[in-house]
Formats: sequence, C-alpha cells, structure tokens
Amino acid sequence: MKRSPILTKLINAPYILWSVLFIIAPLIMVIYYAFTDRTGAFTFDNVKGISDYLSTFILSVGYGAIATVICLLIAYPFAYFLAHTGASFQRTAVMLVMLPMWMSFLIRTYSWMTILGESGVINSFLGLFGIDPVTMLNTPAAVILGMVYNFLPYMILPIYTVMTKMDVSLIEAAQDLGCGKLHCIRKVIIPLSVPGVVSGITMVFVPSVSTFYITQKLGGGQINLIGDVIEGQFQTANNYNLGAALSLLLMVMILICLGVLGYFTDSEDEGSVLM
Amino acid sequence: MTKTSPLSKLYIALVFIFLYAPMVVMTVFSFNGSESTYIMDGFSLQWYRHLFNDSITMNALKNTVVLAVISSVISTLLGSAAAVGIYNMKNKFLKSSVMTATNIPMMNPEIVTGISMMLLFVFVGVLMNRTNVLGFATILIAHITFQLPYVILSVLPKLRQSDPRVFEAAQDLGCHPVKAFFKVVLPQIRSGIVSGAIMAFTLSLDDFIISYFTNGPDFQTLPIHIFSMTKKRVKPDMYALSTLIFVVILILLILMNVAQSNSDKKQRKEKGEDR
Repeated sequence: MKRSPILTKLINAPYILWSVLFIIAPLIMVIYYAFTDRTGAFTFDNVKGISDYLSTFILSVGYGAIATVICLLIAYPFAYFLAHTGASFQRTAVMLVMLPMWMSFLIRTYSWMTILGESGVINSFLGLFGIDPVTMLNTPAAVILGMVYNFLPYMILPIYTVMTKMDVSLIEAAQDLGCGKLHCIRKVIIPLSVPGVVSGITMVFVPSVSTFYITQKLGGGQINLIGDVIEGQFQTANNYNLGAALSLLLMVMILICLGVLGYFTDSEDEGSVLM
Repeated sequence: MTKTSPLSKLYIALVFIFLYAPMVVMTVFSFNGSESTYIMDGFSLQWYRHLFNDSITMNALKNTVVLAVISSVISTLLGSAAAVGIYNMKNKFLKSSVMTATNIPMMNPEIVTGISMMLLFVFVGVLMNRTNVLGFATILIAHITFQLPYVILSVLPKLRQSDPRVFEAAQDLGCHPVKAFFKVVLPQIRSGIVSGAIMAFTLSLDDFIISYFTNGPDFQTLPIHIFSMTKKRVKPDMYALSTLIFVVILILLILMNVAQSNSDKKQRKEKGEDR
C-alpha cells in the first residue's frame, strides 16, 4: 500500500501513547504497589501475605471450574439444537440470548434472591403443598447458580457461532461413509467446535473466578472468593499494597490458565486437521 | 438439517425459562403494592412514580448516558484510527506488541483492569498532592480504555477483507491518500466501525466493575447507584427501573432486527437483479 510513512506514524501515535499510558502503566502500577509498603519502600511483605489467601485462590478456581463445566454442559446441546432450527427462529433466539447481557447484572443477580429466598417464589410455591421452606440462598449452590446464570450467554454464543459456520459437507461426508449419528457427533462435530468451546470457557471462567458481587448477594458473605478479598482490600480495608499483590497473582494465574487452554486448542486443531 | 425434534425444542425452552425467570420475577414485583421484594401484595404503579421522582436515580441515569455517549464517540474515533494504523504497520515487532497490549484489557479479569487503573490514578494523585482524583475524568479514561480493544477488533477484520487495490487505484488516478482514504477505504470498513461503536456504547452503559473502582463520589453511574442500593434492602423501585430498561432494550433489538432483515432482503433482491 502506498502511504506516506509520516502519515502512518501520525495515525498510530495517539493509540500507542494511549495504550502505554492506560494499559501498560496501570499494570506497572500493580507491580509497584505489590512490592512496596504504605510509605513506598520496597518490601516482600505483601507477596508473603498472599500465603494466607492460597486456600481462597484454590476455592475460587474450584467454583470457577464447576460453573464453567455446568455452563458448557448446558450450552453445548443448546447451541447444537439451536443451530438446527429454522433461520428466523434462530435470529430471534440469538437476540433473546443476548438480551440479558445488556441488562444490569446486579439487578438480575439480586432478583435471584427474590426467587430463592426463605420466603421467596420457590418456597412460596412449595408452601402451597405444605412443604417447609428450603434454604437455598447463602449456599455454595446458589453462588454456582448465579455464576452459571450470569455467564451462560457467553458460553452459548461462541459455540453457536462455530456450529452455524461448520461445513455441512463434512458432516454429510461422514454420514455417507457410514458414520452413525453419535459417532458423527463425537468424531466430526465436537472436534470442529473446539475453537468456540475454548473461547466460551475463557469467557465464563475468567469472570467467574474473579467475581465479587455474586458471592456477596447469593452467598450472603459466607463464601469468600478471591474477588471478594481483593475488593475488600481496596474498598474497606484500604490496604492497596496487599490488594495489588493479590491482583497480580490473580492476573498471572489467569494468564497461565489461558496459556494452558491455548496449548490444548493448538494440539486439538492439529488433531482435527490430521483426521 | 432443519428438522428439530420436540425434545430439543423442549430443551431450548427450558434454557430460556432459566434465562428469563429473574426478568419475569423482577417485572411482576415492580408492580407490587407493598415494599417487599419477596411477597406480592396487590398491584400498584407507585414504584414507577417513585422512580421518576427520585432525583438521585434520574441523575445517575443521566450520568450513565452522558458517559456512554462521550466515551464511545472517543473510543470509536481513536479505535478506528488505531485499527487503520495497526493494519498498515510495517514493523512486525511493533505490530505484535501493539496487538498484545490491545488484548490485555480483554483477557484480564475486569476487577484487575479496574484496580490497575485506580492505582495509576491514585499514584498520579499522590504526585500532584491531591487526594480526590477519582471523578468524571478518571471514569471516562477507564471506559475509553476498556472499549478500545472491542472497536479495534471489529474494524480490523473489515480492513483485512477490503481490497487494497481500490485504494491504490484511487491514488494512481491522482487522489490524495487522505482523500482516497475517506472516499474509498472508509466506506469499506463502515460496518465494522458502526458495530464497534454500538458495542462500545452498550459496554459502557452496563459496566459496573471497572466503574466501581474508578468512579468518584461526585459522578455516580446507574450501575454504581444500583450497587449502593442493593447493599441495603432493595425496594421494588429498582425492579421498576430494570423493567423499563428491559423494555427499551427489547424495542431497540426488535427495531435492529427488523432493519437487519429488511436490508438482507434488499441485498438479496439487488444481487438477484445483478445476475
């Protein structure tokens, strides 16, 4: 492309400046605060302080992983079935899947309290049959439900997208060559949908691990995940340095998870090409 | 391929019930006669009246819209220019580093992005000897920063699809590169810019976590206001607010859907006539 190099540099300069100032510099700040104390002197205390929260980290990863797996189990068949319905129904259905994402997730999470509460919708319904109220709120299950509910669309949409873009002739070829329906799903459709599944897993796992609102509302403050701890350090305890150290660890941990996931996709992709 | 079994239809319906249960509950309770969000007690419109007379909520709503408009306009301009710049970058190393920096806000958990920006603002505040740096400017910078990657990543694919020879032809015919860009390249990437702008706008409207860490007491957005309301016992006016937002989004989506299907029909018709 013929374009004067000065012009290109002029176009690039504002964004490069912006990303250095507001993407790179903030990350350096996290590292700076993590390794200094209140007076600004260098210290390892914050990093050592992390060890108190290792069990919280493991718990958060556990919750995130369970929510992600449940999302995948719900979303995969949904996306598969949806991709096989009529075109106009698909368009409406995709719109309906996206709609909740555009509403305040705070209120949507809060209204689960109306549904699950001690005198909530489900318990009032059960009461009609003389069943005693069941405690559903402030349990691990309620927190998982909140995560699955909030992040399910992020799993559905990428999987649905790969399902619709899938080359039908490959599936037909497999069937022509005598492949049974289940065998076809296992050998053709699932490998071809891996990229969508991976981006779905990322989009559900990252916000689930780091959430703090869902645990506060549906967990009633009894379940403390790493997001709650970090939020507490910044908004109530005012210990920015420990908060920064915890954020740094969270960031590194998620980058490692994404890296591992990326590694798996690459090898899977090669596998599907070989096949 | 288009045949759907009743069982898969049932499954799709069940997932939709799960996704919309909180919305239904919220809408029903917004008409509650009493203050409870647990027990329905008669029908009334008092919460809607209450909402419109609540100056804090209305002010937060105004702030949210103002912030979303300003931030999405800036991020669309900056992001589109950045996409053009990145696309034309010759230096491979610089290009991949800029793309990595662009991906950081998308991969990082929102809480880490929010905290890292807050730390930067606080740090600069300390340097300037000011204690209350957080306010409109900081939340605006934060919103522009998290929107930029979405704009860039929706414009870049359009640039890759566009035909560089048309741009060269325009220049060969004596068009100044700047004029050629506006006359030839811009129309080819317009749809990417528009979808990036819409995404930026909606992300800004709904953002809670990043705003939560970068906002100041004198500029509250709606999600921040809702958060402080849900810390206490929520009254049905928050449900009334969400019901109104839900209806507005639903109408917008239906309009977009109709416009989309109309333009699809038009395109198909034009293509048919061409042949």
